[in-house]
Amino acid sequence: MNVLERFAAGEVEAFESLFRQHQREVYGWIVRIVRDGGTAEDLTVEAFWRLYQKRDRLDPRGNCAAWLRRVATNLAIDHLRRRRPEAALTAEPAGPQAADRVERQQARAAIRSAFDGLSPKLRTVVQLVLIEEEPYARVAESLGISQSAVKLRVFRATRILRKKLRNEGVWP
Amino acid sequence: MNHRDKHNQEADELRRLLQDTVPPVGEARSRRDLWPLVVRRIEQASMRVAPRVPWFDWALLGAAAAALLLFPALLPALLYHL
Repeated sequence: MNVLERFAAGEVEAFESLFRQHQREVYGWIVRIVRDGGTAEDLTVEAFWRLYQKRDRLDPRGNCAAWLRRVATNLAIDHLRRRRPEAALTAEPAGPQAADRVERQQARAAIRSAFDGLSPKLRTVVQLVLIEEEPYARVAESLGISQSAVKLRVFRATRILRKKLRNEGVWP
Repeated sequence: MNHRDKHNQEADELRRLLQDTVPPVGEARSRRDLWPLVVRRIEQASMRVAPRVPWFDWALLGAAAAALLLFPALLPALLYHL
């Protein structure tokens, strides 16, 4: 009897084993999307709570890691939907290269603002595919969509980002 | 440079700009053990489950409702005893 089968049969020890086996990956995946350790911890707990709730209907031969990643992704996207956009932090420039620094900071603020302005779904694919450089297949699996759909979302997101950055004078 | 090369070059440039502004998190680990929080979450949920009403209470309620339907005059007496 494997761990998943024992968990489905109601063994708490098996649930702890599953948790220890997958928690690092689940936490790591969520933190890549939400970019906040505290929130990622809360959502990791929530993901495993959902797994616990589903124990009676769990397929013991199923892919637990993939299921958890899918739940984790949905929880992270829901969190991005609820969260208000953060104000970009800008420091006061000082020193001889102040003008250059101001320009760089403005460019960064524009990129950050354009990135934060994306819808949670598009932001998630940008975060995972472009920033974290996760493989398309893995991202597609975690979102429950095809690889082509992920590529389409990346295409749409980059088009929006380029347009916004061009309006701000950051993109040629 | 054909259209595809230009598109790839633009995509790489955008990726570089994004990674420069929003650095990749990469491999991250939680600083604390989350298992106690999962256990607490399970315990909280089990405490929130509504208490079961014994069958006898439902039977009593049914009998009172039936009595009131059959003998409405009993209502003042019932209210007096409540």
